Amino acid sequence: MTDAQALIVAKDLEISYGDFVIQRDLNFTVKSGEIFVIMGGSGCGKTTVMRSLTGLKEPSKGQVFLGGISFWEADQKTRDRIARNIGIVYQSGALWSSMTLAENVSLPLGEFTNLNVREIRELASLKLALVGLAGFEDYYPSEISGGMRKRAGVARALALDPEFLFFDEPSAGLDPVTSSLLDELIIELRDSLRTTMVMVTHELPSIFSVADNCVFLDAETRTMIATGDPKRLKKESQDPKVHAFLTRGGKNRTG
Amino acid sequence: MTDIRDTESEPGALEFARPDEETLLIRLAGSWTLRNKRPSADDIRKEIESGPRIARIAFDTKDLTAWDSMFLTFITKMLDQSSRDGIAVDSQGLPEGVQRLLALMAAVPEKKGVRKEAGKDSFLSRIGAEAIDFFRSTGDILAFIGEVSMAFGRFLGGKARFRGSDLTMVMQDCGIQALPIVSLISLLVGLILAFVGAVQLIMFGAEIYVANLVGIAMVRVMGAIMTGIIMAGRTGAAFAAQLGTMEVNEEIDAFKTMGISPMEFLVLPRMLGLTLMMPLLCLYADLMGILGGLIVGVGMLDLNVIEYYNQTRASISLYDLFIGLFQGMVFGVLVAVAGCLRGMQCGRSASAVGDAATSAVVTGIISIIVATAIITVVCNVLGI
Repeated sequence: MTDAQALIVAKDLEISYGDFVIQRDLNFTVKSGEIFVIMGGSGCGKTTVMRSLTGLKEPSKGQVFLGGISFWEADQKTRDRIARNIGIVYQSGALWSSMTLAENVSLPLGEFTNLNVREIRELASLKLALVGLAGFEDYYPSEISGGMRKRAGVARALALDPEFLFFDEPSAGLDPVTSSLLDELIIELRDSLRTTMVMVTHELPSIFSVADNCVFLDAETRTMIATGDPKRLKKESQDPKVHAFLTRGGKNRTG
Repeated sequence: MTDIRDTESEPGALEFARPDEETLLIRLAGSWTLRNKRPSADDIRKEIESGPRIARIAFDTKDLTAWDSMFLTFITKMLDQSSRDGIAVDSQGLPEGVQRLLALMAAVPEKKGVRKEAGKDSFLSRIGAEAIDFFRSTGDILAFIGEVSMAFGRFLGGKARFRGSDLTMVMQDCGIQALPIVSLISLLVGLILAFVGAVQLIMFGAEIYVANLVGIAMVRVMGAIMTGIIMAGRTGAAFAAQLGTMEVNEEIDAFKTMGISPMEFLVLPRMLGLTLMMPLLCLYADLMGILGGLIVGVGMLDLNVIEYYNQTRASISLYDLFIGLFQGMVFGVLVAVAGCLRGMQCGRSASAVGDAATSAVVTGIISIIVATAIITVVCNVLGI
């Protein structure tokens, strides 16, 4: 596997809907092979920031660099090429319901590679086996559980061996055990494939188990108020909002 | 992993060596990625078959510059083949990432019996399955009609629970908001009927009877049929999509678990709204159709407006009008039943909503045509 210096850089990023600014002055860097978490309270714009990083929402100001290329300033051909190096795992899985799992994974392979049908099928089976879904190639999304749909979403996102993998709330709706298994899968895939990963989540167990670095977005000031290793932030951050978030309100309620 | 800059790289290469009699050393070099040319796994098979029998395969990947999942499928196929041939594989020479991914794949082995069996059912078996499906769906339709009837009974007894605002919204959607499309279609149908009739009647100097033709046709049958078909495509499909989406979003389950009957809360206002509005829309469609005929009569046949009006009035009986309005009401019930039934039967996927909407339109139109045939025969037998 090539050790390309694939980095994600947000520079003075501002994202808005019309005149309403969602987040402003965002500056952070995601290093190659790193798992980076975008976190913050509900409604702070985490998913919107991720949409901007993945080419789905144009920022009102600032730049997004993917692999050293300014995405929003690049021509359409370059953007399309970069987009093929981005895999996204959506919160709901977003699998195409009219296709089997194998067809879901095969579609991008058929569109963007010159592989023949047999090779595509083999690759689709391989990706599904990687996420623990061997044998489920011919199942439709409606025939499998929520956790399996999430994993199938990961397999589809991995279809083109992307340089960057984005996760939108991967643990949402999953039980703690399944959620923990998904976290392990994410770490294993990162360690094996050296994929650079960005995860939007507010699930503290996931954040502490997978994140190398993070950025904390604040809904009130509409900007980032902390960045760094979440474990370190938990211990050292003086910001009351960050501390409260990472310590569940500063309390350890039981019972 | 592929490079975002799409740089050129050397293709994947394969070499073999036999360090001892029982070992095949496979040297893998270059770039083994989706976008590069690479040798086939069959080359290894040929090499194994070409020499003395081997007991072990080892790898040398010092010159491997890049790899992705294409390399992994190559190795996986080779491992499967070696396992079948009873040849041991030493994967120590593979890149660490590949070893980890192979371990990850092996971590959750395929469950027995989980794979779907390929192959088509026989012709007879498919006919049998279709027949069983038909009887089941007939049972479902009857059950639905029964539930709706019970809900209607509760409504008549003043016990049905639904929001008046929902009924008003449905009536507005099925009534006023449907007027533009009903106007356009009915006017054009009236024009077409008048044109077709005029071409024949003009040969006998009987142009004035265009008013009879358009008036009776529109009031007795065409107004109701055209309105019914419009409403099947417009409102029936909308009912199915609305209820189908609610089924997908588990909103209908939420009603059930709270002890609120979806039949009363969701289906009844739609049924009542459309059934009440359809006769009014029919009446409006009749008038628009007659207006279309009038335009042809006055514009093309040089008939007088008053003359055309009087001829139309003389040709249409109250029976014709009531039969048309009755048909409209029946079509309203049928379209609403088709839309609500398909919506409530909807599956839990996005495509199921589309299927439900399509099925609602098809069911609605077929039932309208069948009902028209039945009503026409009954009227003929009764002599009205």
